[in-house]
This record gives sequence, structure tokens and C-alpha cells, in this order.
Amino acid sequence: MNDLIPLLPKLWQASYETLYIVGLSLIFGGLGGLILGLGLYTTRSNSLFSNRPVFGVLNVLVNVFRPIPFIIFLAAAQPLARFVTGTGIGNTAIIFTLSLAAAFGISRIVEQNLLTVQPGVIEAARSVGASRSRIMLTLLIPEALGPLILGYTFIVVALVDMSAVAGYVGGGGLGTFAIQYGYRQFHPVVTWAAVLVIIVIVQLVQFLGNYLARKALRR
Amino acid sequence: MPLISLRDVTKSYPPSRRGGDVVHAVEGLDLDIEAGDIYGIIGYSGAGKSTLVRLINALEHATSGSILVDGDEVTRMKESELRRLRLGIGMIFQQFNLFNSKTVAGNVAYPLEVAKTPRADIAPRMAELLDFVGLSDKARNYPEQLSGGQKQRVGIARALATSPRILLADEATSALDPETTHEVLELLKRVNTEFGVTIVVITHEMDVIQTLATKVAVMDGGRIVEQGDVFDVFSKPTEASSQRFVSTVVRGVPSDAELVALRQRHPGRIVTLSFRDGNTSQGAVFSDLAQAGVAFELIYGGINDIRGRVFGHLTLALTGHDDAVDRALVTIANKVDVTEAPSHE
Repeated sequence: MNDLIPLLPKLWQASYETLYIVGLSLIFGGLGGLILGLGLYTTRSNSLFSNRPVFGVLNVLVNVFRPIPFIIFLAAAQPLARFVTGTGIGNTAIIFTLSLAAAFGISRIVEQNLLTVQPGVIEAARSVGASRSRIMLTLLIPEALGPLILGYTFIVVALVDMSAVAGYVGGGGLGTFAIQYGYRQFHPVVTWAAVLVIIVIVQLVQFLGNYLARKALRR
Repeated sequence: MPLISLRDVTKSYPPSRRGGDVVHAVEGLDLDIEAGDIYGIIGYSGAGKSTLVRLINALEHATSGSILVDGDEVTRMKESELRRLRLGIGMIFQQFNLFNSKTVAGNVAYPLEVAKTPRADIAPRMAELLDFVGLSDKARNYPEQLSGGQKQRVGIARALATSPRILLADEATSALDPETTHEVLELLKRVNTEFGVTIVVITHEMDVIQTLATKVAVMDGGRIVEQGDVFDVFSKPTEASSQRFVSTVVRGVPSDAELVALRQRHPGRIVTLSFRDGNTSQGAVFSDLAQAGVAFELIYGGINDIRGRVFGHLTLALTGHDDAVDRALVTIANKVDVTEAPSHE
């Protein structure tokens, strides 16, 4: 316990950095994933913008990038991160790479949840003369909102997990804290403290997600 | 000029797998629907009925042929023109297809928003529509809080929001119980009489046609095999495939399986007599049989009432000398339609 007390300020700093990395990655990756997921959903056959070639390309793109283990993706995408953000290391680089990786994962979750919307509901909207883009924005997303919120909640938890390897490219956060001050210094209590904070974060996120989804689904 | 006119319309789907056959959902179909009609389209499932209605509002695009709605050629319209066309054609569905993320009011308002109705005009129009379908007190409810009949009434209010001239009803009562079906059909009748909306009803239920339609077309294999006045088509179908279908939906015609069962229970020859419109009294026919020395027993039958006009089918088992039965059948054939069930020998 005595090992931990002097490190508490660093623990709070690391918690803040984790929230910062996860929060920004959720915004960028979430938006990218939503667009990519809408693309996958609307270009499949019998959908609003059915387009076989476009769907094929998107589908392969997602399938190629999604299964790459994140720690390898982080290394492999470093030149791209440097090109886009100007730096290959630190929190900025990890936010870029994490957003990119998350977008591919989120796109599948978005696609799956949009597929739960009854095709008849889309047909009804078309039958009253709604344009395809109006249906996509004003109907499709609201109809799937409950499951989408749960999907994004799932992704936040995954982002917390993935952000823990930020230390490999010089980023901060609870993963870096746990390895640097706990594991490498032979202070298991310090590691466990980081674990505890992560558990609290995940619980809060899941609670909030469940609450919002319940509200959206009215049950 | 008819309000809706289809000429030689075909809708084909590419084969579902490589080397499969092209599917013709609708094939070389001609159809005219006059303004003010309630036009029933009836047939087995898979006959192409659902595809046919979706061609009218271009939710499905015809492979070939001409589709005129109010004089405009639908098959040549661009996407933006199709959206304007659909504002003038309401549609209701078997599964209601309400927007679950919106309240009843939100569902009804949606077409008005699509039509860019001024915000101030939406609320009064919505109130009017909900009053018409009898759901004024449900405006703030969500679809899952409504019964099936209430959902379909919301569907009707939504379909009528933009004051369309045409309403397409795709098996609109098939998911409802008989009593609720009756309520919804009465409501559709009022849509026709009070607003002058032309209604195209797709159904496989005889009751719907019987209570609602003024004209009917029987569809089979992507074609219309028979069309005309409801009473004529149901009381005396002329085409073999419509006879087959009609006999499954009208009361009083035994099916082949029922005939087999009847034959096991009754000796003698089995004939079905078809009466139409009270033109022949049944008593006259029965006394002809008695005079010819033929004993008869009534073994199956039913009477159908289509908007006050009556037709019926009675199946009799006749016993007596073969000659006497033959003579009797010739005599009564002048008065009613006689169909003799083939004996199984």
C-alpha cells in the first residue's frame, strides 16, 4: 500500500489520459464507423443504394483491417499516423490509430444493428415519397437507436482494452501506468489499483449505455 | 380515361442463383382501374399480387410495358418525379409497417414532413386524420402500445395524410381477427365514399372482396385470368384457373377431398347445383326431381351474399334409375347450372 500512495497523482493523471484517448477515439472512430456501417448497409442488395461493386470493396476493406491484432496494427500504421497527425508517437498518434481500427469494428456493429430494422418500415417510408437520404438520416438511425447504443457501449469497453497498449508508442493512460510503475517495479498493488480504476470505468460506461438504450427502446 | 392503366406489363427477377430460371412475377398484364373504384385483386399467394401493387407506386420497376397513373407514364419517371407520384398514392401493409421510433402523431406527420407541409398546418391535419380513424386519444402513444386494429388505423391515417387520390392496400387485414377486419374494411369503405379515394385491395380473403370491392380481378401465375363485376366473377367464373381459385373461397362448393368423403357416405350420383341471383326457385328444381322419380338428399351447400345479391351452391346425392336421373338432370339444367362430380370408377 505504501508503494501506491506516492503514485496516486500519477494514477489520476493516467485515468484522465485513458478517458481522453478513449473519448476522442470514440468520437472519430464512432463517426467513421457509422459512415462505413451505413455504407455497408445501404449498398447491399435490395437496400436503399444497392451497389454491388461498392459493397464488395467496403466489405473486403473491413474484412482485411478488422482482424489485425491492435498492437501490430499500431506498429504497421505508424507511418500513416505520422503522415496524418505529424507524429508517430504519444497520445495523438494512438488516438489516430485507435480511431481507425475502431471504425472498422464499429462499422460491422452498425451494419448488424441496421439490419434489425424491418424492411417493411423502409418500404413504408418510400411509399410516402421520402427520399433515400431522408430515410437514412431520419428513420433508419432512430429505428435502430436502442441496439446501436448497446453496440457503441460494447465498443467503448473494447476501446479501453485497446488503449492499454498506448505505452508501446509512447502514449500514456492506465495501461502504461500499470506496466511502468506496477509490473516493472514489482509492485502488484499498483497494477491492481489500475485494474480497479478500469473496472470502475467499464462499469460506469456499461451502466450509462444500458440506461440510454432502455430509454431509446422504452422498456 | 382510367385512373390507373397497365398495358402488357412484365416484371422479371434475375435468377436467384447462377444457372437458375428468370422469375416472372408479373407477365404481360393488362389492367384498367377507374377513378372511384374499389378494385380487388385476389389470388393464391405467389400469384404476383404484391408485385402488381408495387408497380403502381413504382416501389418495383417494371421490366417492360406501360403503366399510366392519372395519365402520366410511371415507367419513364426519374427518382424525383417518382417521389412526387408517391405523395399522391397512399399504401397500407399487412404488417402495418409503422415507425416504431415515432409516436402515433409522429407516424402520421411523417408524410406531411416529406411533402414539406408548413409546420403550422401539420398539427390540424394530424388531428383531423386521427379523428377520422378514431384514434384522437392515442396521438402520444407508441405503436407497441396499440392493438393490431389500431395499428392498421394509424397506417391508414398515415397513408391518407397527403390526401392521395389512390390507396393501395396490400393484404391490409390478413393479420387481423375477423371482428377487427370488419372494422378496418368499414373504415376503408368510408375512405372511398367520403374522400373519393380509389382503392386497390390485394387479398386472398373472400370476405374482403365481398364486403369491400366493386370490381375484382383474379390473378394466377403473374397474369390476370379473369376480371369484372364481383358478383359475376364469384358466382360464375369462366376460366378454369379462376374457377379453381373461386371454388376455394366461396361457400358451398365441396373440395375434392370433401367429395371423396361425401361419396363414401352417400350412394348414388353427386351433383352440385349453382343458383344465381334468385333467378330460379330451389323449390321448382326440387319438384322437378321428385316428378322424375329421383330421390335426393342435400349433402353440402352454402349461400353467398355479395352486396345484397345472392348466389349459392347445393350439392345433392341423387338416387333412382340411371335413365330417370339423366332425364331429371336435363330438365333442371334449363333452370340452374349443374355440375356432376365424376364418379371414381
